[in-house]
Amino acid sequence: MTALVIIAIVVLVAIILVQLGRLSEVSAVIRGEELAEEQQNNRTAIFMVVFLIGFLIFCIGSAWMYKDRMLAYGPHESASAHGGQLDSLFNTTLFFTGIVFILTHIALFWFSYKYKEDKNRIAYFFPHSLKLEIYWTVIPAVVMAYLVIQGLIAWNATMADIKPGEDHIEIEATGYQFAWDVRYPGADGKIGTKNYKLIQPGTNPLGQDWTDEKNHDDFFVGDELVLPVGKKIRVRITAKDVLHNFYLPHFRVKMDAIPGLPTHFIFTPIKTTAEYRQELKDYPEWQELSDPLDPESPQRWEVFDYELACSELCGTGHWAMRKRLTIVSQEEYDVWFAQQQSYYMNNIRNTKDDPYAGQLLGMEIKNRAREIKAEFASAISADTMSTIRLKNVFYNTGSAELKDDSKYELDEVARILKENSNVKVELGGHTDSQGDDTMNQNLSQLRATSVVNYLQKKGVMANNLVSKGYGENSPIDTNDTEEGRQNNRRTELRIISK
Amino acid sequence: MAHVTIDQNDTEAALIEATGYDDHFHEHHHGDKYQSGFIGHYIFSMDHKIIARQFLITGIFWALIGAAMSIVFRLQLGFPEADLTWIKPILGKWIVVNDGIGSLSQEFYYALVTMHGTILVFFVLTAGLSGTFSNLLIPLQLGARDMASPFLNMLSYWFFFLAGVVMFYSLFLSTGPFSGGWTAYPPLSALPQASTGSGTGMTLWLVSLTLFVVSVLLGGINYITTVLNLRTKGMSMWRMPLPIWAFFVTAILGLLSFPVLASGFFMLMMDRGLGTSFFLNEIFINGQALDRVGGSPVLYQHLFWFLGHPEVYIIILPAMGIVSEVLSVHARKPIFGYTAMVLSILAIGFLSFIVWAHHMFMSGVNPWLSNFFVVFTLIIAVPSAVKVFNWITTLYGGNIRFNSAMLFSIGFVSMFISGGLTGIFLGNSAIDIVMHDTYFVVAHFHIVMGIAAFFGMFAGIYHWYPKMFGRFMNETLGRIHFWGTMIGAYAIFWPMHYLGMAGVPRRYYSFETFDAFKHFGPMNKFITVAAIVVFALQVLFVINFFYSIFKGKRMKTKNPYGANTLEWTTPIDAGHGNWDGKIPVVHRWAYDYGKDGKEYITQITPLEEGEVAGDH
Repeated sequence: MTALVIIAIVVLVAIILVQLGRLSEVSAVIRGEELAEEQQNNRTAIFMVVFLIGFLIFCIGSAWMYKDRMLAYGPHESASAHGGQLDSLFNTTLFFTGIVFILTHIALFWFSYKYKEDKNRIAYFFPHSLKLEIYWTVIPAVVMAYLVIQGLIAWNATMADIKPGEDHIEIEATGYQFAWDVRYPGADGKIGTKNYKLIQPGTNPLGQDWTDEKNHDDFFVGDELVLPVGKKIRVRITAKDVLHNFYLPHFRVKMDAIPGLPTHFIFTPIKTTAEYRQELKDYPEWQELSDPLDPESPQRWEVFDYELACSELCGTGHWAMRKRLTIVSQEEYDVWFAQQQSYYMNNIRNTKDDPYAGQLLGMEIKNRAREIKAEFASAISADTMSTIRLKNVFYNTGSAELKDDSKYELDEVARILKENSNVKVELGGHTDSQGDDTMNQNLSQLRATSVVNYLQKKGVMANNLVSKGYGENSPIDTNDTEEGRQNNRRTELRIISK
Repeated sequence: MAHVTIDQNDTEAALIEATGYDDHFHEHHHGDKYQSGFIGHYIFSMDHKIIARQFLITGIFWALIGAAMSIVFRLQLGFPEADLTWIKPILGKWIVVNDGIGSLSQEFYYALVTMHGTILVFFVLTAGLSGTFSNLLIPLQLGARDMASPFLNMLSYWFFFLAGVVMFYSLFLSTGPFSGGWTAYPPLSALPQASTGSGTGMTLWLVSLTLFVVSVLLGGINYITTVLNLRTKGMSMWRMPLPIWAFFVTAILGLLSFPVLASGFFMLMMDRGLGTSFFLNEIFINGQALDRVGGSPVLYQHLFWFLGHPEVYIIILPAMGIVSEVLSVHARKPIFGYTAMVLSILAIGFLSFIVWAHHMFMSGVNPWLSNFFVVFTLIIAVPSAVKVFNWITTLYGGNIRFNSAMLFSIGFVSMFISGGLTGIFLGNSAIDIVMHDTYFVVAHFHIVMGIAAFFGMFAGIYHWYPKMFGRFMNETLGRIHFWGTMIGAYAIFWPMHYLGMAGVPRRYYSFETFDAFKHFGPMNKFITVAAIVVFALQVLFVINFFYSIFKGKRMKTKNPYGANTLEWTTPIDAGHGNWDGKIPVVHRWAYDYGKDGKEYITQITPLEEGEVAGDH
């Protein structure tokens, strides 16, 4: 019904306007066409000036009204180091073009008014003037040259890649329909290699190559990226399916993400999220409620966040590829970074996708060596006689023969025992409850002995070492699950005198 | 040629009879048997004047569709919460009704944005503008009987028509028309699994635009040949009116750049259909790793923008030419700096081929290369500035008649200044990092090549309407049309600069996800309301256009504006061949207005004894 009414009104207005048009034609004929035309012409000339004034007021007034939201100053200042340079170039260009805009518009509409038709006059025959034309070729050329030079300086500084050895953090953003995956390099500072053919949705979203050790400590962030202030960030930008664009509006960062062709952008955040919020606090636009419907909600500046968006059309969900970006101090960043969990260790390690399943990784060996040293130190200083579990000592199934991987942990133990020759230890073998009790007892004894033999071979004094088989009698976990049984099958080192 | 003095009041016909060139046309004039029937005369016509009108009316049809699409997606942007169930009878399943509230589906939003761009850029502002006025004016202003090849000219229109049919059909596909943006970047456009619109919709899009390229090439060859070979006696290149220069350079640009686009399209077709990998590399989509490696999506962008940039000049140069002519005629003054105007058209035409990568600063091309594109791009500001200053100076000291054509020409200059100046921001790659793909870009190109080109087109339509239909359009409606559009267009696009400066990206279905983008609700509403008003005014223009064909004020004299160019020397209802009897011979340039105390001196008037030519 409303639609019909609207259509009827539109049709009526159209008819009225057409009739009005006809009427003016007819009345012009009655009044004398020339006179009517002259009046109309003078009226239009006045409209020209009215329009000019109204237009300039509209332009300047609206810019004033929206200044806090869009001009590159105050609350809209860049949060990155290079962004300030770009913003000042923008402002310079705005200054020059603003002058040209206002002057040419005044000339255009003022001349239109001033030189309206006068039947008694002949126009001024002024076909060209070399002098004038040289002026308005040279002046724009000089201004443009200035802007180009400033622009190219800023451009080349912004786009320059990291120099070898320069301190920076490299992260990787991968766009896909319709979200971003952001990967951090982990403790080694290096992003592992990937291959799109290895992508497995759910288990390997980026197609990381797990044989590359650089991948082992890489981690992903969820909705929120965290980066330290004042540090150069190199974002490696890639895409899985179609084009995307890595866009950080507050940092003046923008670069296409292309499948099969990695790009990058380098920027240095100069304001933490907290600092930026403080700056916004003073502007009325930011003192509004963050949720207009909820009078209890915090003001906008209090919940301000930097945002990551997509700015290259990538399909129907293009408008919703959001993540937050929080800039923190270096100390806060270090704390946050230490809490992050490697994707490989948490999701891939010892699954069927892990090429190193059942093998120790260099990183694990190193970590374990550090760990066992600490455990031993605390065990020696403790009052009671403590037990240390040798986590990485493994045997072939059903046999007492040590697996190769056991040597890393045992070598470390041998080194420690040699340094502490006053300490006597007992090596205890344990099994799970599967199988025959006597056989388990024998196996545990044999295994303990084979550890003692290995340690002796490595130069530990024989009288500091005792071997003992406990069989299945001292479980530390349930024997009803495989996981529990795995915990029960173990080798322990117990300090018996120090 | 014998020296003839003829009073200004004598009819031009007598002058042509006395001084014209006899090409023995009358001997076969009545034998134009191809034009005798209705079909030969109005449909498969080879008369450039009919073909021009065909281009124009087809262009108007597409303009209405393209503009109506923009209203629908503006409703989504301005009033995202509004109930759109009332459009459901037209848009059907693309209006998704949830809890009684109908809203525009995401897929169709993007399809509308894509079609709006494609239709306006190619079908309206290329075919509708250049096709109409090149066809109408090249033979008429050069003193030719028709185009060099009327048959190819006819084919040019019918290939355009066919392109339109295919595109129109694609609007009704169950999967929707193509929805990946008018630039159709792969892989989105290459892989049907990337988007529903990239299936059949994209296939038809490619077929349609390939037909369109054929149309442009057939037209362009004709325009160039006609300008080079069919100028009447005395019409040297340097005496050609400025529209002809503009159409001539436009045709050259089209001829050189459209085939490159076509090659890109063919490669894209092969990637889509034959399993090649020109633009595809290492793609994982829909749970599947594709076996397509070695290509580069950036290559497509190079091919596309190698056309795409000249294309914006293909759109704006004809408008510049038309405006130069209209400003001069109605200011009753010669166009200021004719030579500089021609040289700047040539300079812009040349430069337009070496600036394409300024659309790709953020596309992952080597940043070092961008240095060159920045320099070339910003050099274009110089000839553009010269043109603006020359137009303004043309008004200086004039005796200005404000009819609708003149108003739109003045409006054109204003729009060209506003939109041109923002180009200085975007052409500088450093600023483009900030502004690329934001609403600032939307504002820039809509003002400088959308609104400005439309204003040029309107100026041309109002000005040459009597030449096309023997009647005038209604001036009162024309003025309402102008002032409403002028104010409305700025109301739409001026605020978009602010959106862009605030960082709001273009091609967003909704701004609600991002805190940085969602606080411009009132502004977006304002823009949408302005767009609806402007659209209504264009409907008024269309009513005026068709109404005036039948009921407009009759053209009673051959030269109602007192213009100098040759089209006003033909009979009011000129048949195929344009001039009965002899064709006019040209003795001077087209801009002797106000010279030697005379209001105007037509090009066919010989120089008086001792008279110095106006262009010297």
